[in-house]
Amino acid sequence: MTEENDEGRRHEIETPHWTEEQLKKRRQRNLAIAWTLAGLIALFFVVTIVKLGGNVANRPI
Amino acid sequence: MSDTAYSSEHAKSLPEGGMGNARDFFQLLKPRVMSLVIFTALVGIAAAPGGIHPVIAFTALLCIAVGAGASGALNMWYDADIDARMARTANRPIPAGRVTPSEAAGFGAILSVFSVMTMGVLVNWVAAALLAFTIFFYLVVYTMWLKRRTPQNIVIGGAAGAFPPMIGWAAVTGGVSLESAVLFLIIFMWTPPHFWALALFRNEDYRKVGVPMLPVVAGEKETRRQIMLYSLALVPVTLLPGIMGFAGALYTGATAALGAGFLAFAFRVWRTEAGPAQDKAAKGLFAYSILYLFLVFSLLLAEKMLGLEGIGALALVPGL
Repeated sequence: MTEENDEGRRHEIETPHWTEEQLKKRRQRNLAIAWTLAGLIALFFVVTIVKLGGNVANRPI
Repeated sequence: MSDTAYSSEHAKSLPEGGMGNARDFFQLLKPRVMSLVIFTALVGIAAAPGGIHPVIAFTALLCIAVGAGASGALNMWYDADIDARMARTANRPIPAGRVTPSEAAGFGAILSVFSVMTMGVLVNWVAAALLAFTIFFYLVVYTMWLKRRTPQNIVIGGAAGAFPPMIGWAAVTGGVSLESAVLFLIIFMWTPPHFWALALFRNEDYRKVGVPMLPVVAGEKETRRQIMLYSLALVPVTLLPGIMGFAGALYTGATAALGAGFLAFAFRVWRTEAGPAQDKAAKGLFAYSILYLFLVFSLLLAEKMLGLEGIGALALVPGL
């Protein structure tokens, strides 16, 4: 086997060969992660407001 | 380097991941177990003295649910080899090939860290520490250490499933108390008869994969005897909330009646001989045990919501 051929094979193996189905599932997973992160941000925001309560306005201006 | 080792066919045959959809990952969280965890944690929150803002209560429940789910995913990662050989678990995402073990491990680890840190930052650090300990207990003490080594696996491992009401209680009060320990004890004592009933009619599955469940190691007769003994210990424990004064007459009366039912099912299992009759009795006890735990905790919740807790309580222990 020549060195050039060997390099070619390595390249072939390391290139991701995702099928259409895999790409679709990845898109679906990415969306689920995005929604989860958005939910987490909303949760932290709401809890912060709840914890601050009436003190939100209580700051030196 | 030989050609075969680097052929593209070989590369394609390796599990490469990326085949699971969002539902497969949700299944890793053991949603059915999670629902009982959420419910018992909710009762822990409701039964605790003092108030908690509904948003903080929701956050605590969410963290407990996600933490429990994360430990479920880590359990499936570690147990994928035996899951693949048992009928009940063969279609779980890892043995079915939809999710790779490393994907499940990463998913479980990330959710564990997120649930504990979120609990600590948004609720309190006592609840977060208990949640972290629960995840550690389920993964390391139960799954890795005890499950494949001793028939006492589910007796001690049952503690992991018993922590959620205690975490809920800690989310409200910021501490651990005797009352929350009683809620823990109810689930802890309930777990062995519940699981051994399952093990009796799933005995072959466990034997095949070499998990030393009690019927596999000590035989079915001894298992039936142990079920009866643990049931006899469980019923008085469920009456403790009334005796200690944080549950009322409604809870105590109804739980005593439900406990009599539990003992009747356990007695039937104890007295039957091995065979189809035993399987039928064990299935009966297994189904009843789930309903039983649900109702006992529902009664605590109902009393709290109706403002009946403490009314007609036996309160035999002064000062509690």
